[in-house]
Amino acid sequence: MDVLPAEGLLAASWLLIALPLAGAAVLLLGGRRTDRWGHLLGTATVVAAFVLALLCTFQLAGLDEPSVGVDLFTFISAGDLDVEMGLLYDPLSAVFVLLITGVGSLIHIYSIGYMAHDPARRRFFAYLNLFVAAMLLLVLGNSFVALYVGWEGVGLASYLLIAFWYTRPAAATAAKKAFIMNRVGDVGLALAIFLMFAQLGTTSFEGVFGTVGTLAGGTITAMGLLLLLGACGKSGQFPLQAWLPDAMEGPTPVSALIHAATMVTAGVYLIARSAPIYDLTETARTVVMAIGALTLLIGAIAGCAYDDIKKVLAYSTVSQIGYMFLAVGLGPAGYVAGLAHLLAHGFFKAGLFLGAGSVMHAMNDQVDMRRYGGLWKKLPVTFVTFGLGYLALIGFPFLAGYFTKDAIIEATFDRDDWLGWTFGGIAVLAAGLTAFYMTRLMLMTFFGRARWEDGVHPHESPAVMTVPMVVLAVGSVFSGALLVSIFPLSDWMEPVFGEPEEAAHVIAPATIGIALTAIMLLGVLAAWLFVGRREVPVTAPVRVSPITRAARHGLYADAVNESLFMRPGQWLTRALVWVDNRGVDGAVNGLAATLGGSSSRLGRAQTGFVRTYALGMLGGAVLVAGALLAVTAG
Amino acid sequence: MTLTYYLVLAAILFTIGAVGVLVRRNAIVVFMCVELMLNSVNLTLVTFARATGTIDGQIMAFFVMVVAAAEVVVGLAIIMSIYRTRRSASVDDANLLKY
Repeated sequence: MDVLPAEGLLAASWLLIALPLAGAAVLLLGGRRTDRWGHLLGTATVVAAFVLALLCTFQLAGLDEPSVGVDLFTFISAGDLDVEMGLLYDPLSAVFVLLITGVGSLIHIYSIGYMAHDPARRRFFAYLNLFVAAMLLLVLGNSFVALYVGWEGVGLASYLLIAFWYTRPAAATAAKKAFIMNRVGDVGLALAIFLMFAQLGTTSFEGVFGTVGTLAGGTITAMGLLLLLGACGKSGQFPLQAWLPDAMEGPTPVSALIHAATMVTAGVYLIARSAPIYDLTETARTVVMAIGALTLLIGAIAGCAYDDIKKVLAYSTVSQIGYMFLAVGLGPAGYVAGLAHLLAHGFFKAGLFLGAGSVMHAMNDQVDMRRYGGLWKKLPVTFVTFGLGYLALIGFPFLAGYFTKDAIIEATFDRDDWLGWTFGGIAVLAAGLTAFYMTRLMLMTFFGRARWEDGVHPHESPAVMTVPMVVLAVGSVFSGALLVSIFPLSDWMEPVFGEPEEAAHVIAPATIGIALTAIMLLGVLAAWLFVGRREVPVTAPVRVSPITRAARHGLYADAVNESLFMRPGQWLTRALVWVDNRGVDGAVNGLAATLGGSSSRLGRAQTGFVRTYALGMLGGAVLVAGALLAVTAG
Repeated sequence: MTLTYYLVLAAILFTIGAVGVLVRRNAIVVFMCVELMLNSVNLTLVTFARATGTIDGQIMAFFVMVVAAAEVVVGLAIIMSIYRTRRSASVDDANLLKY
């Protein structure tokens, strides 16, 4: 696929990044002076970027070769390393740009209401704008280095926003945890880029994908696995999934935008973008699939046990991104399915988070679902929009999740080998679990007896918050059908991933659809039996099965990380401190002490008696004379 | 008449001077012993000048005398001021410059 130079509006696509970046700069540098209108500026830049993105995408759709490049400037030029900063606007980046700016605009609008009473609202909007700019650079960059700059930028914005309420120790710790676990992944991505430069001498998408075929199989696999490590860190996939649930300490709009709809899907983007690399390495693809399947199961199991509404949604995100990884790991058969699920997930999960934020807003920031109940009467708009997002997520027929999740599971079974059957089976099982934990969440939040704390008077959120929720709910209902049937994503993506091949279906799609619906209904029924039918206790029961206990601790991911990495790390640092104090400092201090001591002892020879010195001189002269005589005589 | 006697005499004078410097405490005596050593060296220089038939040694002896005269001036002045501050001319009493 050739990249053509951009013309017309597309040549100005750098404005997409520049607008929110300028917004962030004005808000951060302007200080208190911008407090009064800061949120309006922050929202305006993102909405403007969305309008520009729409126009750019329309222009792109009209081109014969829908892949254009914008050369900006030379970023790095040192010896053999030559990195040109530029943008690549193709169907893949176009859908991401639309998702980021579209959902981003809605969440900015929602935040105006949600953060209305926060004294630091301007700072919040500055960070959100910074995030949007970095995320757009991530998906628009035309080289792995540009992608990496955006990748680190979103990491920074995520850190700043998780720790937005930095006076809370839990938020500060969660932000640090997210930052450090992301660094682990980023090392993988950086090493992959180093490998590209060392082996291919270039880091641009065009250059790398054009020449990657000349490398040895092992090198390509290593590259694929390193990229996967980076993707796992950013997307909260096994074994780096533990930071994502903790990241919920940030304000809820952040959870919706960064930790559900956009940033955490960057890993999926990375793998889809690197399709030419993964197409050449079956091993790396299998690992991607395995990680996706494992993570979607872990997320679904952990999601069943938590009582914190945002943590349940976070584990649900982990699980859904697992589906996307499973899909993109399938290779050409799954890229489009994975991306369709990503887009649909962007709608319904952002909507669910905004709904959760609305509930928290009504309940004085209570997140424990055991203190909710019976809210459907008090929060009708939230209930309906949240309910539609819920139905879309569990795959209720003809809503978004039904189409996109079905497509992934179909494609998995279509492999028709033991891997396909195993991973497909896991995906189907997790679909049942998804229905279970989401129904549990719905029942505990909106139905049953009110278990509110004293002094809580729930009220519906203002229109500035409910309108974005309604828009996202409409997206949750229709996006799946739109992306799969009416306006197929596979046709739009054809220039990137090639002609969609007609797969030979192992199981008829209708059968899978019916089976998934049946399993979904089973999950809902189970949730009704376990949660809906009985009274929900206000405090979590203590005497529970080991599985529940494990799930409540996120399957001990934190414990494993602490005992495998944190403790040995602490021991290592303690040992190093000891060696430094006793070994290095000891040698240096000891040398200094020895020299000082011996010089003061030598100083005792200076008695101050003239005659002693005279004897010394005489003795010396005799010695010299004797030596001279001996030499002459000898 | 050989020159050996002169050299032996010079050695004896030098030894007396050196022993005097080492064993005597009175600064004036030490000072005179130093002069004795200088003059024994002068004697040696002159002796060898005679032996080799050149005048280098004699010239050198004059230099030594000039330097010794200058040294006497400075040295006696130092001894005087030490005596004025300490009421003693013992070299062992002037031992402050030490470790």
